[in-house]
Amino acid sequence: MQRIGVFVCWCGTNIAATVDVKAVAEAARKEPGVVFATDYQYMCSEAGQKLIRDAIAEHKLTGVVICSCSPRMHEATFRKTVEAAGLNPYMLEVANIREQCSWIHKDRTEATEKAVVLARTAIAKVSLNVPLTAGESPVTKRALVIGGGIAGIQSALDIADAGYEVDIVEKQPTIGGKMTQIDKTFPTLDCAACILTPKMVDAAQHEKITIYSYSEVTEVTGFVGAFKARIKRKARFVDETKCTGCGECTSKCPSKKNKNEFNLGLDNRTAIYIPFAQAVPKVAVIDAESCIKKKTGKCGLCQKICGAGAIDYEQKDEYIEREYGAIVVATGYNPIDLAKYDEYAYSQSPDVVTSLELERLMNAAGPTKGTLLRPSDGTHPHTIVFIQCVGSRCDDARGKPYCSKICCMYTAKHAMLIREKYPDTEVHVFYIDVRTPGKNFDEFYRRAVEQYGVDYIKGMVGKVVPHDGKLLVQGSDLIANEQVRIEADMVVLAAAIEPDKSARSIATMLTASIDTNDFFTEAHPKLRPVESPTAGVFLSGVCQGPKDIPETVAQASACAAKVIGLLAKDKLKGNPCVAHVNEEMCNGCSTCEKVCPYGAITYQDKEFRVPGPKRTEIRRVASVNEAVCQGCGACTVACMSGAMDIKGFANKQIFAEVDAICR
Amino acid sequence: MTFSYYPGCTLKTKAKDLDRYARSAAAALGVEMAELPEWQCCGAVYPQAKDEIATKLSAVRALMAARDEGRELLTLCSACHHVIKRVNHDMVSDENIRTKVNNYLKPEVPYTGETKVIHYLEMLRDTVGFDELAKRVTRPLKGRRIAAYYGCMLLRPGNVMGFDDPENPRIMEDFIRAIGAEPVVIAYRNECCGGYMTLENRALAQKKATTVVDAAASAGADTIVTACPLCQYNLDVNAVGERVPVLYFTELLAEALGVKEAEA
Repeated sequence: MQRIGVFVCWCGTNIAATVDVKAVAEAARKEPGVVFATDYQYMCSEAGQKLIRDAIAEHKLTGVVICSCSPRMHEATFRKTVEAAGLNPYMLEVANIREQCSWIHKDRTEATEKAVVLARTAIAKVSLNVPLTAGESPVTKRALVIGGGIAGIQSALDIADAGYEVDIVEKQPTIGGKMTQIDKTFPTLDCAACILTPKMVDAAQHEKITIYSYSEVTEVTGFVGAFKARIKRKARFVDETKCTGCGECTSKCPSKKNKNEFNLGLDNRTAIYIPFAQAVPKVAVIDAESCIKKKTGKCGLCQKICGAGAIDYEQKDEYIEREYGAIVVATGYNPIDLAKYDEYAYSQSPDVVTSLELERLMNAAGPTKGTLLRPSDGTHPHTIVFIQCVGSRCDDARGKPYCSKICCMYTAKHAMLIREKYPDTEVHVFYIDVRTPGKNFDEFYRRAVEQYGVDYIKGMVGKVVPHDGKLLVQGSDLIANEQVRIEADMVVLAAAIEPDKSARSIATMLTASIDTNDFFTEAHPKLRPVESPTAGVFLSGVCQGPKDIPETVAQASACAAKVIGLLAKDKLKGNPCVAHVNEEMCNGCSTCEKVCPYGAITYQDKEFRVPGPKRTEIRRVASVNEAVCQGCGACTVACMSGAMDIKGFANKQIFAEVDAICR
Repeated sequence: MTFSYYPGCTLKTKAKDLDRYARSAAAALGVEMAELPEWQCCGAVYPQAKDEIATKLSAVRALMAARDEGRELLTLCSACHHVIKRVNHDMVSDENIRTKVNNYLKPEVPYTGETKVIHYLEMLRDTVGFDELAKRVTRPLKGRRIAAYYGCMLLRPGNVMGFDDPENPRIMEDFIRAIGAEPVVIAYRNECCGGYMTLENRALAQKKATTVVDAAASAGADTIVTACPLCQYNLDVNAVGERVPVLYFTELLAEALGVKEAEA
């Protein structure tokens, strides 16, 4: 029989205001095996932990139940506590009477009753706990960074500077991400390229960093410290090792009318192209969809011209496999598709543009060489209307419920830059709220209004109507309480941002969780903001939530610090709560092997003693690779003969819990 | 599939085309429109007053009749659809109205908004399916550039009408594609045509209608289609300057299905 101690936490008033903690301790004391029960204000504090350690010694406890917050919060803390008192850390159970009880109930009697049941359940389970010992696994001292935007580059540089190898996998032909398309950055107005491209070069030249551009991660197996990733290197039909980036091929290519992705389709590029002058790697790529040679077999002009002999029309996709200790997700964002917002006439007029398109229209390397001209007729716009929150803070299904965070500041930036450069141009901004928290942000916005005379109108636009080469903007001014009609030359839409489309498949591949908006979920929203709940997977940049550049860089460095902390370890303690097969009961059906998502189960022939004259027989039975098993429990549910069990979560323990609830 | 059908007064008088082409097209598509044996004018305008029920009773009678027939209630005229669907919503969500209406009508089984109200366009999209419709089309309207005009009442308020996005709709454009023509999106497709203002302030109604028709003309549309008799009237009669024919969508549907001549 175990000697169990029960410790009921008040969590200040978080639990104690709704649950009668003394009554819970009182009820627990009456349970079989319980020799000690008490309550305390903050069980996780040093004093609370000391109380637990002292009780273990004094009452010779063999099992401990803590009734407190979710085990996701403090299970690790309390395991250390009981271990320090000489108990096996797995002789501890946490009953969650906060998130799953006091926080969601209002009635004190009902909540107390439920807390008693939850305590009873944990007591029933801990009675059947057995000591477990975690195995150790080695750490591969290399990190994989998925996504080569500013977040991925910053994380990679920091990890590499600490002396560890880093691979950046970027699906576009060049690293740099969205920041390469931005003209100037708020609130300092320094040019994005001037601060980003040196970092891109640093990454390329760093001896510890390998860049796989035009590549995608297609499969990840393994676990923290020992991931294995399969990387698809898409055929660019140009030998990266030979191409010098001279650009001769791009000037001669006859297929010229292909949408230039870098300029968001505002101008055209050739079929063989280098995304932009500062691309890293500065290597050409052939877009097979528009290459005449790839489509018809005739042409081959670029091959003839290329002095380096780098063109290879027969190049195939290649796959490489690499091992990593840690994975950084830095998959970034995109503006939303505006098809659902056609009341702003985005599809009806080329003069309605997104803010990112405006960046290109104002950039010296953009389609208009930095002179702001209307896309429809190339004339100078005299009136420009900005519409904020297009798809952000939206209360219906067509938009996003969240604030995209960066739009207020970049709109103020656009408005200010236009007024500075073209004082004859009127600028109106429709907004719901102007949100400018951040260092020097509000000062920046006020400068746009007070110094540059940008006309901010509180209210939303109902409709934009293209008419006779103009755009009639109908909106409401909530402060003046009147309808506003503006005849504009251009309309700029601050489209909401959303996680890159790849986020969902990458999350599945990494078994990392994402929220309803496809942003990656952090292990703890306040205390572990750069780690995913999946061990060894870290989050960098907008893939975790909307951020501006300074925040992204800060998070990328924080993420790198966590990766470095992991890679600095030689061995990791594993999770001992893994599957275990009772070979006597296994009938060799292979069901568990089929359901195992990690490939941890194999089958082997084994000799068993049997009664009767034969004495032994060979039977095929399951075998679990404990280093690969993640303890998900799929096999225990699927096993028809009941041979599979998870250590620490054995079937009989689960049934004991259910019995305790139903008692 | 059989629907209980509520035509409404205008479809028996000025808007006969809207009704008869709808019937022949539905027959060609294998959809039965069983006209309610008895119905009254819906009132044509949704009554905003919260403290009286008299103006809602005729809609409830139609809804209740469809329920008793065990069918969904099919409507066609935008105004009737608007009134009946909103009254039905009141019967579901407003306890005060529901109680008073039932106390007054004293039906054998109290009515609590069970009937599903379906617009003809919804029937085409959800029961027939636009893909299936495209297959059934025998005379696709190739080369036609058609502007859809939704008006105010068909889709608003969005949370009650609930069959398309009121600010950025697509059901009529999808319909136009299904009958083989090319949809022309005009920004004014969900702005007011002038409505009943034509009785009181003709000049204003003319201004509203002209804006819509001008936009369709300058976008290169050869036809405007609508589901609303009042919109059809205003755009057709009140627009000044450049003219674009304004037809009911059912007429083009019948034409594409090859059943228009049989009717005419």
